Amino acid sequence: MLKNITGGIFAVVGAIALTIIAVHRNEPVNALWIVTAAVCAYLLGYRFYAAWIAARVLSVDSSRATPAERHDNGRDFVPTHRWIVFGHHFAAIAGPGPLVGPTLAAQFGYLPGTLWIIAGAVLGGCVQDMTILLLSTRRDGRSLGQMARDELGPLGGFAALIGTLLIMIILIAVLGLVVVNAMKHSPWATSTVFATVPIAILVGFYLRRWRPGRVLEASLLGVALVLFAVISGGWIDGNPVLRAAFDFPPVPLAAFVIVYGWLAAILPVWLLLAPRDYLSTFLKLGTVAALAIAIVLMHPQIRMPALTAFVDGTGPLFGGKVFPFVFITIACGAVSGFHALVASGTTPKIIATEGDVRLVGYGSMALESLVAVMAIIAATLLDPGVYFAINTGAGIVGAAPEAAVHTITGWGFPVTVEQMQHLAGEMGESTLFARTGGAPSLAVGMASIFGSTFGRGLLSLWYHFAIMFEAVFILTTLDAGTRVGRFMLQDFLGHIWKPMGRTSWYPSVLITSALVVAGWGYFLYIGVIDPNGGVNILWPLFGIANQMLAAIALCVATGIIIKSGKARYALVTLVPLAWLALITSTAAWQKLTSADPRLGFFAAANDLAAKLSSGVLPPDKAAVAPQLIFNQRLDAWLTLFFLAVVWFVILDMARVSIRYLRGLPVSGSSEAPYQVSRSTIP
Amino acid sequence: MTLRNLWRWLRTATGDDAYERYVEHRAKKHPGEPLLTRAAFYEESQRRKWGGVSRCC
Repeated sequence: MLKNITGGIFAVVGAIALTIIAVHRNEPVNALWIVTAAVCAYLLGYRFYAAWIAARVLSVDSSRATPAERHDNGRDFVPTHRWIVFGHHFAAIAGPGPLVGPTLAAQFGYLPGTLWIIAGAVLGGCVQDMTILLLSTRRDGRSLGQMARDELGPLGGFAALIGTLLIMIILIAVLGLVVVNAMKHSPWATSTVFATVPIAILVGFYLRRWRPGRVLEASLLGVALVLFAVISGGWIDGNPVLRAAFDFPPVPLAAFVIVYGWLAAILPVWLLLAPRDYLSTFLKLGTVAALAIAIVLMHPQIRMPALTAFVDGTGPLFGGKVFPFVFITIACGAVSGFHALVASGTTPKIIATEGDVRLVGYGSMALESLVAVMAIIAATLLDPGVYFAINTGAGIVGAAPEAAVHTITGWGFPVTVEQMQHLAGEMGESTLFARTGGAPSLAVGMASIFGSTFGRGLLSLWYHFAIMFEAVFILTTLDAGTRVGRFMLQDFLGHIWKPMGRTSWYPSVLITSALVVAGWGYFLYIGVIDPNGGVNILWPLFGIANQMLAAIALCVATGIIIKSGKARYALVTLVPLAWLALITSTAAWQKLTSADPRLGFFAAANDLAAKLSSGVLPPDKAAVAPQLIFNQRLDAWLTLFFLAVVWFVILDMARVSIRYLRGLPVSGSSEAPYQVSRSTIP
Repeated sequence: MTLRNLWRWLRTATGDDAYERYVEHRAKKHPGEPLLTRAAFYEESQRRKWGGVSRCC
């Protein structure tokens, strides 16, 4: 009864907040209404929809022993308190994705992105995470690929594996590009990010040699050192000699990231990866909490219009209309297929009872979605002119500041060179023009939120703290992703030549790591030399890939639900699956066939080739043109491959489901047999 | 929630007390059998943690 009353209150408050967001046109809306609408939607979704799915669709049964209870070994299988599992799972799924995507999608205005983040999470992303978590928990913590193989067939499993590997490559490349763009010609940012490497190694030795396993004290030491590195970055920036030593153009920075990625993948995990992850997790949770508090205290006005003219596909950050591209650009925060890998990895092995999957699966994703909402607030509270000046590549608005502000003001978003110079001075940077990739504009947004809440005099510190914070956990994702890619490649090559499959055989480690790094390093390098900033090509490719992985995960879930005799409830996963199939296929089709060189890969390649052969390109652009042409064609084939893989899995799922519904034999369920939980024995 | 509970929660959430819990588990389920040292347990748990997908985008 009480729960229904509180549910009713959330529904009313949420409806009021949404109405205010929707009817506020031509006057600024307060960010607090967006936060209120989002939180109410998550609470309602959690209270009613998730509870209904858990009870009816998934038949969550707390009397059934989980793998953690059945295999309890004190190491990887450990029954753990649900709030601790929640913390672990949230730390695992929340990466830089929900910060970058919403920032880029703000070019359409604040409304499309915000609505998609909320609706996509409540009806799609949270459902996917919770469903896959339960299905894997029922199957001894089997991975998504294994479940696809067991429940659909060997080809479905293979498609999931290849899809994952390629997404990883694209993801790391685009994240590397975000870091490089944030560090280029910024001695403060570069020195701070560089300093995190020796700090992580120091913490690594502390945890391994000096005080083994004392995570809290080591992390505290590391976080203190990293904060000191942010402050001392300001001193380095003020010293002409040191300043020059850390002032790099993008290509050497990309080379640094590539070499770093390879070293991080071949060194023992305790030395670099594990300690860096402790630091990034603490920083991440602390910053997200501080950001939430600051947004509530500051309750800023949103200055970006609800919809901009760029919904027609002429946007400067990336080409393509609001449908389907807002749904592609914001993957993490709404629906992220990658989460299905985490939900079928470590988490199902520590869940104490099936009843916890709603909090851990649905709840963690709702919180990540809230992080994405905060990111879109940080991007849209900026003056729109400033937002576009930071995020638009020199290839679009011109390299000269005067030309850039002229073009951007012409779009209806007034901005001046003086305003940009003043802002750059406040943030402790020489310039903020054409800092594409999302991280710098997010950092400016976060700095203004933190600055107005916790002290305005420290704007440059807040800015570089935000840059360092993003860079640290981007580099963690980069390390961890390279390693996962390597394991997959080793597994794959092991089928061809046995020794390559041995994860501890050093030659295999060196070669497969180098192959994975070469894969993302190539895309990173092309992104860096691209005069339009590179993110405009790579981020949509990553979004398409990530949403397609979600489609694969939802296929596995739908197939299992139908095979369990609950076809009438399969709409719960079938509707998000149909939506993802529609948007990814539409986006992929447009990327392949559009005649607009800003949208279509082939059109862009042909356009550049024509310009190159007619000799209208300036020498610096002509020098890199052949590589860009090749890359656009490669991206096109890659998109086509993703499209083929996802439709292949969808058809495989349909085949299995139709066979089941017609009463024909299908592969049996791979569920572990029911065993009563000790917790229910009196 | 008392301060003491909060501290215990924080230690468990971060994995700070993972070794103590491992020792406790072994004493209860496998008494008398050999134990890993603190350093070896830490290294093994890190290797296992990073052997699969444990971080996302």
